[in-house]
Amino acid sequence: MKDDHQAITDGIDQGRRYFLIAGATAAAVAPAVLLQTVTAASQATPVTSDVRWGLLIDTAKCMEGCTACIDACCHENGLDLQRPPGGEATSKWAGQQAVWMRKIKLQDNQTGRVTSLPMMCQHCEEPPCMDVCPTGASFKRADGIVMVDRHLCIGCRYCMMACPYKARSFIHQEMHGQLTRVPRGKGCVESCNLCVHRRDHGEDSTACVDACAAEGHHAIIFGDLKNPESRISQTLRELPSRQIREDLTLNTGVRYSGV
Amino acid sequence: MANAAFTARCVAAGLLWMIIQSVQADDVKRYVVEGSRAAGLSACVEPTELMRRQHMTFIKHQRISTVHEGVRTGKYSLSGCVACHISYDAQQNARPINQPDQFCGACHAYAAVNLNCFDCHASVPNAGTPLTATAIAAHQKAGVTERIQSQTAAGEGH
Ligand code: SF4
Repeated sequence: MKDDHQAITDGIDQGRRYFLIAGATAAAVAPAVLLQTVTAASQATPVTSDVRWGLLIDTAKCMEGCTACIDACCHENGLDLQRPPGGEATSKWAGQQAVWMRKIKLQDNQTGRVTSLPMMCQHCEEPPCMDVCPTGASFKRADGIVMVDRHLCIGCRYCMMACPYKARSFIHQEMHGQLTRVPRGKGCVESCNLCVHRRDHGEDSTACVDACAAEGHHAIIFGDLKNPESRISQTLRELPSRQIREDLTLNTGVRYSGV
Repeated sequence: MANAAFTARCVAAGLLWMIIQSVQADDVKRYVVEGSRAAGLSACVEPTELMRRQHMTFIKHQRISTVHEGVRTGKYSLSGCVACHISYDAQQNARPINQPDQFCGACHAYAAVNLNCFDCHASVPNAGTPLTATAIAAHQKAGVTERIQSQTAAGEGH
C-alpha cells in the first residue's frame, strides 16, 4: 500500500505545489475573488496530470441497507430518468437498467463478519476497458478519470466484459429528457465518471460524497491523490486501505479501508 | 421574340426563388426566442453564412476538447445553441429544439439532414449546465426565468 501511494505521489512538481499552497492562503484573505478565478481557469484550460482524482471508502462507516450514495448518483447523473421499454418484465428491466454504483455485501465465511461497500468504476491507472476498446471511446483523462466518449462508442460492449469490477452499463433503449450535464442515448456504454461536470466547474466533491455526509456517515472521501496535503492523501497515510483485486495491479483510484 | 420571353420567364423564376428563400429565412428566424440573445444579435458566434454551413464542424471540434480535456468555455457549445435558440409555448414550457417546427428541427427538415445530436443531448435547457450571465439576462427579458428556475429547483431537468 505504501509503495502504491508512493507511486501515486511520484512525479509531483513540488515547486508548483508550494505555489498552490500559497494560493490557498491567499484564498483565505479574498475567497470570493480567488474562487471565481480558479473556477474560470479550471473551465478554460485542459485538465492536467498534476492531479489524480480518487475516492477512499471507509467500509467501517458504510451502513448496510443505506443507499444514499446510489440514489444521489442516479439523481445527479439522470439515471433515474430511464424508463423501461413497453412490455418489459420488471425483473428483466432491473438487470438491464444502467447504474453507476452498486452496494456489495462481503461475508467472511469463517468468521461471519459482513462488510457493506459501494462499488463503482475504480478509475484504474491501467484501465482494461481502455485496452480492449476498438475505437478509442473508452479513455482516461489526464486527471485520472476513466470515461466513455459516446461520440466514438459503437456499443460493442467489449469493455463491459473486460472490467473486473462490473462497473459499466449499456443503454438499451431510446432516451428522452436527458440532463444537459449528462448526455445519454441508446447503444452506448457508460460508467461512473467521478461527476466530471463538477470537476470541470471547479466543485470540490461528488454527489455520492455529499449524500453520504448528509446521512451523517461520512464513509466516502473524494480528493486529489497526488496532493499530499489533501484529506484523502492524509487519510490514506493513516488508515490501512486496499485496492479491490490488487492482484491485477491496475493501481485503482478508488481505495477501500476495512476490507 | 421567343428568346425575350424565355429570358423574362427566367427572371421571373429567379425573383420567385429569391422571394421563397427570404420567406423561408424569415420562417427560420421566427424560431429565435424573442428578446433572447439570439434574436437580439445580427449573427451567432460566427457570421450567419459560416454558421449555416460550418456549425457541425465547429461543434465537432469543440466536443473533443470538452470530453477529453474538460474545457467547458468554448464558444461553439451545443448547450449554448439550445440556451440561445429555444422557444416557449403559451404555458412557458420549453419546446424541444429538434421538433420539426423548431430552430434546429425546422432547418434540418428543410435541408433533409438527419439530426442525431438530440438522441443523446438535452433538447431543452435544464438544470444540468448553469446558464451564462448573458443567457440569464436574455431569458429574463423573454420572461421565462421563473420556469427555468422552477425546473432547477425540482430537479426535473427535462
Ligand atoms: S462498448 Fe464502446 S467504449 Fe466499450 S469497448 Fe465498445 S466501443 Fe469501446
